[in-house]
Amino acid sequence: MSDAARSPIVQVAVTEDDVFVRSQSVPVLPPPLVATGPIGWLRANLFSTPLNALLTVAVVALLVWLVPPLIRFLFIDATWSGADREACLAASDGAEGACWAFVRDRLAYFIYGSYPIAQRWRVDLFFAMLAFGVGWLLWLDAPRRALGALYFFVVMPVIAYVLLNGFPLIGLPSVDTALWGGVLVTVVVTTVGIVASLPLGILLALGRRSSLPVVRVASTLFIEFVRGVPLITVLFMASVMLPLFVPPAWAPDKLLRALVGIVLFSSAYMAEVVRGGLAAIPNGQYEAARALGLRFWRMQGFVVLPQALRITIPNIVNSFIALFKDTTLVFFVGIFDFLKTIEVARVDPKWATPVTSATGYAFAAIFYFVFCFLMARYADRIEYRLARADRR
Amino acid sequence: MSRDRAGAPRLAVLDDPKLRGILYQILLCVFIALAAVAVVRNVSTNLARNHITSGFGFLDQVAGFDISQTLIEYSVQTSTYGRAFWVGLINTLVVSGLGIVLATFLGFLVGIARLSSNWLVANVARAYVEFFRNIPLLLQLLFWYNAVLKALPEARQSFSIGGGVLLNNRGLFLPQPIFGAGVDLVAIALVVGAAAAFAWGRLARARREQTGKALPILAPSLVVLIGLPVLTFLIAGADVKLIYPELGRFNVRGGIEILPEFVALLFGLVVYTAAFIAEVVRAGLLSVPRGQSEAASALGLQRRQVLSLIVIPQAKRVIIPPLTNQYLNLTKNSSLAVAIGYPDFVQIFTGTVLNQTGQAVEVVVITLAVYLALSFITSAAMNWYNARIAIVGR
Repeated sequence: MSDAARSPIVQVAVTEDDVFVRSQSVPVLPPPLVATGPIGWLRANLFSTPLNALLTVAVVALLVWLVPPLIRFLFIDATWSGADREACLAASDGAEGACWAFVRDRLAYFIYGSYPIAQRWRVDLFFAMLAFGVGWLLWLDAPRRALGALYFFVVMPVIAYVLLNGFPLIGLPSVDTALWGGVLVTVVVTTVGIVASLPLGILLALGRRSSLPVVRVASTLFIEFVRGVPLITVLFMASVMLPLFVPPAWAPDKLLRALVGIVLFSSAYMAEVVRGGLAAIPNGQYEAARALGLRFWRMQGFVVLPQALRITIPNIVNSFIALFKDTTLVFFVGIFDFLKTIEVARVDPKWATPVTSATGYAFAAIFYFVFCFLMARYADRIEYRLARADRR
Repeated sequence: MSRDRAGAPRLAVLDDPKLRGILYQILLCVFIALAAVAVVRNVSTNLARNHITSGFGFLDQVAGFDISQTLIEYSVQTSTYGRAFWVGLINTLVVSGLGIVLATFLGFLVGIARLSSNWLVANVARAYVEFFRNIPLLLQLLFWYNAVLKALPEARQSFSIGGGVLLNNRGLFLPQPIFGAGVDLVAIALVVGAAAAFAWGRLARARREQTGKALPILAPSLVVLIGLPVLTFLIAGADVKLIYPELGRFNVRGGIEILPEFVALLFGLVVYTAAFIAEVVRAGLLSVPRGQSEAASALGLQRRQVLSLIVIPQAKRVIIPPLTNQYLNLTKNSSLAVAIGYPDFVQIFTGTVLNQTGQAVEVVVITLAVYLALSFITSAAMNWYNARIAIVGR
């Protein structure tokens, strides 16, 4: 109602006695407290039904039971510095807290293993090169990403091999792989796994979709065979059978055997991931490429794979996470990866306390969790971005 | 090859896609054959050099090592490597089977909790999934075994959980029931009960599809399945003795002993796999369009009916294939038992037997064959189930 329409009524009200007509609107009351604000939120999200209220109480009880002791163990009662077990034993009478002094003391071992101390700058340099390459590839808007791929898949592996393994001709003394360990080995195994398994996986995926029966059957057999057995048996196979497969003079060292096992294993999984991406490319793309006169490899290289790999990135990152976790299994074939160095260090008498094992595992858990969680969030973000691009 | 016919494209012989295809395949065959020949020759020379005779004869030799958990008869003095093979295989099957059942329960619980309208429940479930999914299983197993179970008090200071159950660093000790007379009857009653419950389920379903009237299925089935054996047991005289585990000076005597390795492995596998199953379940439930449950509510179905009649049957089809993958993963991951010394198939056969006999090729081939067979059986069973519940195309 406009003002003009209302004013005559107001005039009528003024002329009559003891009649009150409000000429202004009532001030707006705040919404009821129980429907908005913290209380409303609580009601809607935690206590909407009796069952929900019961669940909330149960979960709160569970959290109260779990979280404070955990925080006390990790932070409040923890021992942060000290030279040997005495520091942690002295601090922990009564209250048991993590012995972070142990982690601090052995941190270099956890990162480099037994890599000679004077040569550890080479490992640091390798980490920096790797971080640079990974950053280049993962940052989707980075300039010259094709160059980045060339760097990551061709240039970096060669330099890294020379750097880590040594090349006496240019003044880098060689370092036996038996001395490698810790985060270095975990990172090397994961990187080799991903760098080698992506191209192999693409080949296998193309092979499995090939129209040539022999190629198709060979690829399918390989993929299904590897996916049907545990990684640990593939590693055992690589470590006990590989030396039998080749002439004695070529017998590969332990790390190389494990790497072969990891690469075979992850390329089968990668093949399935890539195949999923290939299956999502409409037939029209193939037909159009053929109509333009492109042959198989050009069609794949210029038309199909660029689209298929793009939509596969989240799944590739996910299998990267799986690979990163799976590298812990090289433990079984006598290689000192990060987890194995923790296993070795936690039984060292110098640091033998009741909490050493738990501390070591907590540290390893934080390490793996942080990396895997960040990679998973990255995959989610790419997926979201791709979905948004599709909605356009 | 109609190169000369008018209209057909003129191609050089090497440009003919068909010919090229055949050529590639021949090359691949030759390559594979050459590689195989080279491997076989190298293996035989290497074996001859190490004086290892190949063949499966070693399976009949006496093994002579002890195994900490044997569910079938096994003796150190007389049992063969072949027997050890079965002991290990059964141990693997037991831990995988139990793990699959428990991980399914926990995974469905967490997956449904993630979709709860209760903020706290949904987020605790999410934290659970993120935490356990992002830490390597091997680390989790080592933690449960070395930092939790091995840190438990010794036998003398065992935790008493109640009902005669004891927990210490040597494992979990349960009371052992010894059944007297009537145990056969109870077993028969159990079978009859199961058959009756199954028949009732079929009947109720058929009736619902014919008349639209829903008969209760779960409650009567449970009554028959549990009630009948219990009733038989009581009628037969309730003849059962429980042997409680007793604290000795250094160890626990009597009762059923469950190895700490088994407890740690089962717990680790269940907790880890459940996190993945939860995500599978969540994705499955979310895949059913909202319109389905809204339409069902509009038809007057109650919330429980909407779930059980509309949402779950459709979600099941999405859930089954990835769930199969998780079952296979759990079975394969049970081989991590090696790390904590649970005598599973890999630990006994690919570990001890391989080390003792040196028959690397045979042992690894058998190991691979066993896991391939397990994978094949599991996926065949799940594919059968999936085909049964798939939408029938019209």
